[in-house]
Amino acid sequence: MSDARARILAKVKASLRAESRGPEAVAALEARLSDPQRGLVPARAQLDAAGRLALFERMARAQSASFDHLQDLADVPAAVSRYLKAENLPAKLRLAPDPDLEALPWHDESLLTVESGRATGDDLVSLTGCFGAVAETGTLVLTSGPTGPTSLNFLPDTHIVVLQADQVVGPYEDLVARLRAAYGAHVMPRTVNFITGPSRTADIEQTIQLGAHGPRRLHILLVGAKAAPARD
Amino acid sequence: MESRAHSFSANAHDALNDAQLQKALGFVKSGFIERRRQAADQLPEFEALRDQARDIKNHTLDNLDFYLERYEAQLQAAGGQLHWAATAEEARAAILKICQDAGARLVTKGKSMISEEIGLNGFLEQAGIDVAETDLGEYIIQLRKEPPSHIIAPAVHVTKEQVRADFLSHHKDLPPDRQLDDPPQLVAEARQILRQRFQDADVGITGANFLIAETGTSVIVTNEGNGDLTQCLPKVHIVIASLEKIVPNLEDTATILRVLARSATGQECSTYTTYSTGPKRAEDPDGPEAYHVVLLDNGRSGMLGSAFRDVLRCIRCGACMNHCPVYHAIGGHAYGWVYPGPIGSVLTPSLIGVQEAGSLPNASTFCGRCEAVCPMRIPLPKMMRHWREQEFARHLTPTAQRWGLKAWAFLARRPALYRVCTGLAMRSLAALGRGRGRFRRLPLAAGWTDHRDLAAPQGASFQSQWRRGLRAKVRS
Repeated sequence: MSDARARILAKVKASLRAESRGPEAVAALEARLSDPQRGLVPARAQLDAAGRLALFERMARAQSASFDHLQDLADVPAAVSRYLKAENLPAKLRLAPDPDLEALPWHDESLLTVESGRATGDDLVSLTGCFGAVAETGTLVLTSGPTGPTSLNFLPDTHIVVLQADQVVGPYEDLVARLRAAYGAHVMPRTVNFITGPSRTADIEQTIQLGAHGPRRLHILLVGAKAAPARD
Repeated sequence: MESRAHSFSANAHDALNDAQLQKALGFVKSGFIERRRQAADQLPEFEALRDQARDIKNHTLDNLDFYLERYEAQLQAAGGQLHWAATAEEARAAILKICQDAGARLVTKGKSMISEEIGLNGFLEQAGIDVAETDLGEYIIQLRKEPPSHIIAPAVHVTKEQVRADFLSHHKDLPPDRQLDDPPQLVAEARQILRQRFQDADVGITGANFLIAETGTSVIVTNEGNGDLTQCLPKVHIVIASLEKIVPNLEDTATILRVLARSATGQECSTYTTYSTGPKRAEDPDGPEAYHVVLLDNGRSGMLGSAFRDVLRCIRCGACMNHCPVYHAIGGHAYGWVYPGPIGSVLTPSLIGVQEAGSLPNASTFCGRCEAVCPMRIPLPKMMRHWREQEFARHLTPTAQRWGLKAWAFLARRPALYRVCTGLAMRSLAALGRGRGRFRRLPLAAGWTDHRDLAAPQGASFQSQWRRGLRAKVRS
């Protein structure tokens, strides 16, 4: 295979006449990577905090996500019970192994069974946090890690996501900046999921059907939206 | 994949006479075009973003060796393994070895056109490994033992009645009298069947829409979530991608993402965009223990130095075929190889040779819609003309056509003689067709008259009318 590497790179370089690339050109390429510049950011994504929240909700709802607005993180367990009851879903929850979520007052919901960990094939409902959200397209962003098993985002029929108002950014580029701040330059976790609405397919006669392989429902618990101060 | 591109003409003829196919193709015309137009209209910056997306890819291709080496270094830093494959054969061998080393019996797959290009499924099956396609469209055509007929909607040629029949004959454990008439029932059944396969698989194989040099990341853009289940549950994740998928950084990826889904399905963005970097970390509760990327060249490094470099900007959105009148008429299978539509007409001769695929660049009316909608602004009609010239230069054009072109060229270089001959031809055709005003049959014109009448000329040739009109204008 290293032979293939040498052959391919030699052919690429020959086709590009890359040997004539001078040190200034190489420095410019390095600079482009070490100091990444933004391209054109759509005007729609450049909003204040309230505008971002409104756009995020409008775009996500357009992709069939549902919403509940909560004042406080402690309101999450009651909101989950309410949602499961309204949707006629079993009162059983697979929780992301996230200490902040595990510490919530789940014991107040006596009818709700809560277990944390990665998804098994039998889990019907999962609840996770998220890394952030992008208003531009109504997109949630979830990263893998000790507190975020990726299987929770795809295996259960219903995925409930807790999103804090100050996690919502306008364009993709702001989210990228937050990823770099959290993980370091040029470093990514194993998986970053951009999720916009529940799973869907149009593979049969171009008719859109929800719930192809991933979740049939995506429910977003938006926490602290009203009190959200303008940030960034 | 074995090519049937050489028999394009016969393939197209069969397609035009296939009633089921013609019914299914109606959904392409009605759905994709309108949805793309709406999505483009809703983003005022769409045209400017297309320019930037084109420029990003041009920059990347101009410096591809640099970005490939950086991508490799970053991928390895994240714990992934890169396998360079100059040919389809090398790519297949690399994938088989990874599967065998993992003791794989069942492989699940997300949608990948490169997998079709290298003929992966049949190869793995011959080696005793079960392969389960998990994208709904790919699953349907796997049951039907057919190749995809569209690069983003592989089963677009199949009607729901055909899917129902396929499911009834393959899913034998389910009650034969179950309701399967509507798409929701069909989708639910496929979901149920494939669920177990996701969990049983030893290796998951996906394609990639992007390979990001900055971070060593591969990206897939999907709607169903099958690609994510494919790559998150098994212990090994293999990505198969060709080398022009490279982009420099995350900002460049964001720009191109803004034009990709809008051009493809007319969505503002796809449901799932997934960035994968290396295997699971030690403390991660799930994810694959090994992450391999098989990087395929298969002729692309040579294309970089050719007149066809621009085609390597393609992001496989399918807009060109969605808007192509020829694709609308014959569907994807007639093109005879992996990539149908205008992009196939340019790419296929580049990858498997103009000798085999010379008919494809001729399958165009040069209406220009493909170039008008291509998010990367690839000059597809110009490139098809380029292939036609190559075909002529290499004496691959049929003899009758060559003689016809030679005769025409002889006349066209002699304007006076040209006028006399065309004038004579018009007058005699007008005289011959005077009775009916049209011809049912005409020697040497069967290609036209087999399917419709040819109108008889109604007077002087265009050139002589033009001269008279011009003279009249000068006089007045």
